Amino acid sequence: MHPAFSVIFLTTLIGVGQGFFLALFTVESYATLKLIPQQDHVSFYALGSAISLVFLIGGLIASIFHLGHPERAWRAIVQWKTSWLSREVIALPLMMGLVFLYGVAHFFNLDVNFLQLPEFKGQLTLLLGILTTIATFALFICTGMVYAGIKFLQEWANPITVVNYILLGGASGFCFATLFAVFQAPDLVLFYAGWTVIITIVALITRGFSLYRNARLKYSSNIQSAIGIRHTHIKQKAMGFMGGSFNTREYFHHATVFLFKSIKWIFLILTFLIPTVLLLMGLNGEKNLLIAAFVVQYIGLLFERWFFFAQANHPQNLYYQTV
Amino acid sequence: MAQLALVIDLNVCVGCHACVTSCKEWNTSGQAGPMFDDRPYDENPTGTFFNRVQTYEIGTFPNTETLHFPKSCLHCEEPPCVPVCPTGASYKRTEDGIVLVDYNKCIGCKYCSWACPYGAREFDEKQKVMKKCTLCVDRIYDQNLPPNERKPACVMSCPTSARLFGDVHDPASEVSLAIRERGGYQLMPEWGTKPSNHYLPRRKTHLRIHEDELVRADNPLKKEDIRHETSKEVSLDDWLM
Repeated sequence: MHPAFSVIFLTTLIGVGQGFFLALFTVESYATLKLIPQQDHVSFYALGSAISLVFLIGGLIASIFHLGHPERAWRAIVQWKTSWLSREVIALPLMMGLVFLYGVAHFFNLDVNFLQLPEFKGQLTLLLGILTTIATFALFICTGMVYAGIKFLQEWANPITVVNYILLGGASGFCFATLFAVFQAPDLVLFYAGWTVIITIVALITRGFSLYRNARLKYSSNIQSAIGIRHTHIKQKAMGFMGGSFNTREYFHHATVFLFKSIKWIFLILTFLIPTVLLLMGLNGEKNLLIAAFVVQYIGLLFERWFFFAQANHPQNLYYQTV
Repeated sequence: MAQLALVIDLNVCVGCHACVTSCKEWNTSGQAGPMFDDRPYDENPTGTFFNRVQTYEIGTFPNTETLHFPKSCLHCEEPPCVPVCPTGASYKRTEDGIVLVDYNKCIGCKYCSWACPYGAREFDEKQKVMKKCTLCVDRIYDQNLPPNERKPACVMSCPTSARLFGDVHDPASEVSLAIRERGGYQLMPEWGTKPSNHYLPRRKTHLRIHEDELVRADNPLKKEDIRHETSKEVSLDDWLM
């Protein structure tokens, strides 16, 4: 497939936004269980929610560039019964709305005593946080299933695609949270850096598994089934036009084999190796190292997403082998 | 329910691209608006087409055979492009099984084209919507046309009658008969899309002529001066004489 930059930025930016929200709420849940000290409502949770929202809005803006008619984008909510894309279009604003409410509840320190327990503070934000977490995972699943749901794009058609979206989004979100903690909650740097390293390593295992799986993929379609001729030697001599078409532009990445293979190693190093090393080196709170860790990982994820799209081999390509 | 479809006879397609140009001509002049063309008279011309003719070489030289392969939307009975559409712009008509795109609802997200294993859909860079073969839906029901012209433009234009058009659900139709009797098959059956369009395979026609069909062995009117060899051995006649 041809990697579209709009979709690369959409999926990576909302991944950071989603992961960063999960990181914020992880701290609130830990603090509720009194495992770590509670953070400030405004400077930590409200500001954090606002930043998470900025990432999500950034992703939404990137997605607009993918559409031919963005002014009709609202129509995309109607086919949620059958279309994962439609479900994603519903889940993204839903999650954004909930993050907004979560931030507002923290900003004004709102609380409702649902459980009739006067000692139990922060019930409203906890409830909103749980709902937002559900919406966050729903959005991750929708995003992953948009790709995993097309069964003949065999590189994608596997549950590991969804797992990768969750873990890569989570890793980048927690990595950003480490950076955020340096400025807003220095005592959480170790907590966040530890989780980032753990999620990054698990993501490396699952992403590595999908690379392993794709390297050994057996394609169901071949030129014989594509044109229905049973013969071992079939060669295309003409695709019917010479100046290219949507079929040659949309489904081929047009990168050289060398570049394609290099990008695999670039993304593996930038997304997993360097951020892990930088985070471990920056555990003492060295700002520049932690900033570099997030920036490098985000750039790595752009390469990862490019490779994710470019690696998918669409069966229609069988019809477009020779000009 | 009816399922209109094309049946393409690969045995007689000569690869003249008449179906491609007549399709473009009819559909670019239709009520849905022109089909985009970029640099039509320049280097690397490109544009939106509903129908293409491709050419394949089967076998290794010198034992090769050339196959011309027209390819358009197959109007699948289980179209994978329809359920993935987030807006419902892509739909399959229940009355005749034609898969269509509502250009007023399409947001141009291209997701349906990803979900088509045949690459039958093309994005119109000018109108910014997804387009595909309509089986000339604006032609086949047109009461102003004489009944024998109520066929898709590609079918009308084919000089070798390689394209048949009809209802594949009607067992008595010309297309069903062709599929049944001439080995009609579907493309990429492995994905369960059940394409409605079928292809008729190439056939070898061998005429077996025996030598005695070339010369009239019985030769009743002595037209051909056939003299059968006589035996060198002694026959009954020799003995009698």
